[in-house]
Amino acid sequence: MKESSNLSFSEQSLQKVKEILSRYPQGKEKSALLPLLHMAEAEFGGWLSPEVMDYVATILNIQPIEVYEVATFYSMFNLKPTGKYVLEVCRTGPCCLRGAENLLDKIEEKLGIKVGETSADGLFTLKTVECLASCGTAPMMQVGDKYYENLNEENIETVLQSFRNN
Amino acid sequence: MVKVTIDGIEVEVEENTTILNAARRIGGDVVPPAMCYYSKLKGSGGKCRTCLVKVSQGSAKDPRPMPKLVASCSTMVQDGMVILNSTSPEVVDARKSVVEFLLINHPLDCPVCDQAGECDLQNLTYAHGLSKSRYEEERRTFEKIDIGEHIQLHMTRCILCYRCVYTADQITDKRVHGVLNRGDASEIGTYIKNVIENDFSGNVIDVCPVGALTDKTFRFKQRVWFSKPMDAHRNCSKCSGKVALWMKGNDILRVTGRKNSFGEVEEFICNECRFEKKKTEDWTIEGPRHISNHSVISQNHYENTFKAKLASRQPKEIYGNKDSAEK
Amino acid sequence: MGKKLLFKHIDVPGIKDFTVYRSKNGYEAVEKALKTMSPDEVQEEVKKSGLRGRGGAGFPAGMKWSFLDRKSDKPRYLVCNADESEPGTFKDRYLIEHIPHLLVEGMILSSYALGANTSYIYVRGEMKTPIKILENAISEAYANGFLGKNILGTSYSLDLYVQPGGGAYICGEETALLESLEGKRGNPRMKPPFPAISGLYGSPTVVNNVETISAVVPIINDGGDAYAQIGIGKSTGTKLISACGNINKPGVYEIELGLPVEEFIFSDEYCGGIWKNKRLKAVVPGGSSVPILPAELILKTLQGEPRLMSYESLSDGGFASGSMLGSGGFIVFDEDACIVRNTWNFSRFYHHESCGQCSPCREGTGWMEKVLHRIENGHGNERDIDLLVEVAKKIEGNTICPLGDAAAWPVASAIRHFREEFEWHIREPKESMKRNYGIREKSILGA
Repeated sequence: MKESSNLSFSEQSLQKVKEILSRYPQGKEKSALLPLLHMAEAEFGGWLSPEVMDYVATILNIQPIEVYEVATFYSMFNLKPTGKYVLEVCRTGPCCLRGAENLLDKIEEKLGIKVGETSADGLFTLKTVECLASCGTAPMMQVGDKYYENLNEENIETVLQSFRNN
Repeated sequence: MVKVTIDGIEVEVEENTTILNAARRIGGDVVPPAMCYYSKLKGSGGKCRTCLVKVSQGSAKDPRPMPKLVASCSTMVQDGMVILNSTSPEVVDARKSVVEFLLINHPLDCPVCDQAGECDLQNLTYAHGLSKSRYEEERRTFEKIDIGEHIQLHMTRCILCYRCVYTADQITDKRVHGVLNRGDASEIGTYIKNVIENDFSGNVIDVCPVGALTDKTFRFKQRVWFSKPMDAHRNCSKCSGKVALWMKGNDILRVTGRKNSFGEVEEFICNECRFEKKKTEDWTIEGPRHISNHSVISQNHYENTFKAKLASRQPKEIYGNKDSAEK
Repeated sequence: MGKKLLFKHIDVPGIKDFTVYRSKNGYEAVEKALKTMSPDEVQEEVKKSGLRGRGGAGFPAGMKWSFLDRKSDKPRYLVCNADESEPGTFKDRYLIEHIPHLLVEGMILSSYALGANTSYIYVRGEMKTPIKILENAISEAYANGFLGKNILGTSYSLDLYVQPGGGAYICGEETALLESLEGKRGNPRMKPPFPAISGLYGSPTVVNNVETISAVVPIINDGGDAYAQIGIGKSTGTKLISACGNINKPGVYEIELGLPVEEFIFSDEYCGGIWKNKRLKAVVPGGSSVPILPAELILKTLQGEPRLMSYESLSDGGFASGSMLGSGGFIVFDEDACIVRNTWNFSRFYHHESCGQCSPCREGTGWMEKVLHRIENGHGNERDIDLLVEVAKKIEGNTICPLGDAAAWPVASAIRHFREEFEWHIREPKESMKRNYGIREKSILGA
């Protein structure tokens, strides 16, 4: 057994964890795994390190491998550190019909990085994702909680600039 | 009890028996091959799709055929069910394609694989596969890793049957390996470097249908068909101590569980028996182990049923793992 | 203008809020059901309505409910499938973002009918804003006595929770969704047993799509018979269609089932015609999984009948010349769209989203994607087309869950209807890198 780390959710988050656990029948607390992984990712630097996953395993009283199995299955979890802004550009058919591929080229050109890379200044990580149910406002990308829709090669520059200005 | 007919042969079995187990009751060619199902592992099965069969009559009550082929390992029999296995061209065809799918990312490195000769995938391919692959794309590969002192994981060969995961879940106290990632990027692993250390971890080697998990104490020592399997036992505080020894002269090259004609161990054995007891004085040797002639293991030893069989049957059927001529 | 049931009040400012929703007859169906109807009577109205599952399969909702094991002594669950991930489909997200209380109200009605006292709405993890909106609506409903203990003073109690997913298309398959809700990898389960017998935590469970559950509200308000009056034949009621691709007015439209496809594509009330004054080449009418149809076959059936937006009409002709209504993700391709590239794109999607549990899907989806990628990039050979057809056929029907079929159908149908375009890519690799194939002149090119 590995040494337990000193990681801990904030008091406020621990309250939230308690509330989440109460949503499921007794003995079925593993159901909280996905909600907790989302919380952990947000609280511990935007990615899931093995230590963070082990901490979540401790909370749910499950084996660490059960967390790794789940975290690696779902596409949302970052298993490596990312840039400050993770640009998730939709690459699926309906977005491509409206120019997603050109948009992606433009973003790569503007940021000087390829899909999967993080910019040298640590500001941007560029990812492609599958359909985000926003085909009516294609092409689009998600950054954090927010959808950026009806993008094109012109307005993407404004969007990127707005992140730089933040 | 319910009556079912498989490939024209009637058999009576208990309710809640799977089609596969009903077929195993009959034996011979009516037994569908199974690469992921393992009767001793709860929840196993359904994944590899090699055991697909056709249900041409659902039951006596509702004789409608099932619309799709079903996994015989996870479909329960109904009274009056009529099942077609090797007598259905549709099944034979589907099985052929499953074999093709299983092989597209398999390295086909049998010449350097310790499992060769007792590999379920090799046997399955002989019995049901195409002689030539139509796959021209790149194959997925992984680095070999050691998971524990005595076990090597060669993920490139894995067919993702999940048996080793169920084994760790069900017969050891703490599972440290599992299935990571998804789709064809799925892999068996520990995620962070970790070792599988517990008294029963070695059983993952026995349940592995291919050469993905192998015994490092036996690595490259001997082709299995050149070794003599002997039943033996010892007094063991951890397991039954009933094993199969794989010998060359008086040397014990390898210790495994005793596998039945369906390739399943009769009992799981502990690591001490498997990895540490390699001297003949450790064991009471009972005598030669009867190996089903489903693989080439039986080719070169004293129980040479091979030639007799060759005279009477097509070679393909001799290699076929659905053949259960075990006595 | 067709009749609006779900979108009746969608444009009312502030309809997201409880008070505004309530002022537009919101939660009256709950009052009616809980105070004047038995759970069986609610189910009976849903049966009478002829409502069919709006997630894609189109299975009659009332019948699905009736399969629920009511003799079991375990708790029963209703789980709403809001894991909307089918390419081309964005109606559920739209509905949740704009009128979340409709879904909450539908959940209360449906849970009541099924005798569930705990229900979950499983929402795609990526939909962070909709999750917040829905959670807010749920807490408003609690605050106003429509959720929690003894709703409206009756003996009925219900707790309703939102569960976020983690990013996996496969969790739209109901048993994968249940696995995911239990905190596991989204591997679909072997069936039987079906969720109605053994679902969430091994308890009897019904899983329904967002739109299906929302439609229960107007059904209870106006009666199942009134709902069944709308639509055509066995395609009763209204359907949300999310229209996208190369059209002038992409968006979510509520249509009465039975609307002619031609009207849907070309009328200004809906898609507003093909963008940039181009011609119609093809349509995928029900989300990426359903067969693609060339212009002439989406507008008219093989018999020359006008094709209608209904379960029956869209599947007229089987897969040889028809498709499916599916989830209502209506993807339109103009004359410049490259069918090969799109097929590769969809194929990449299914390859990416296969859970990897069963071998035909795990291996076959990757195989198809790689071959299509080669063809699209000028490295195809003559054998590839038949190989693709063959691989698709070997996956179809042989997998644990329908993702295998969903991966096979787009490839098979694209080759069925656009084989010459694939052949052209292989024959003219250089040319195909420079320009798109275009359109067959024999097509009916739209109004």
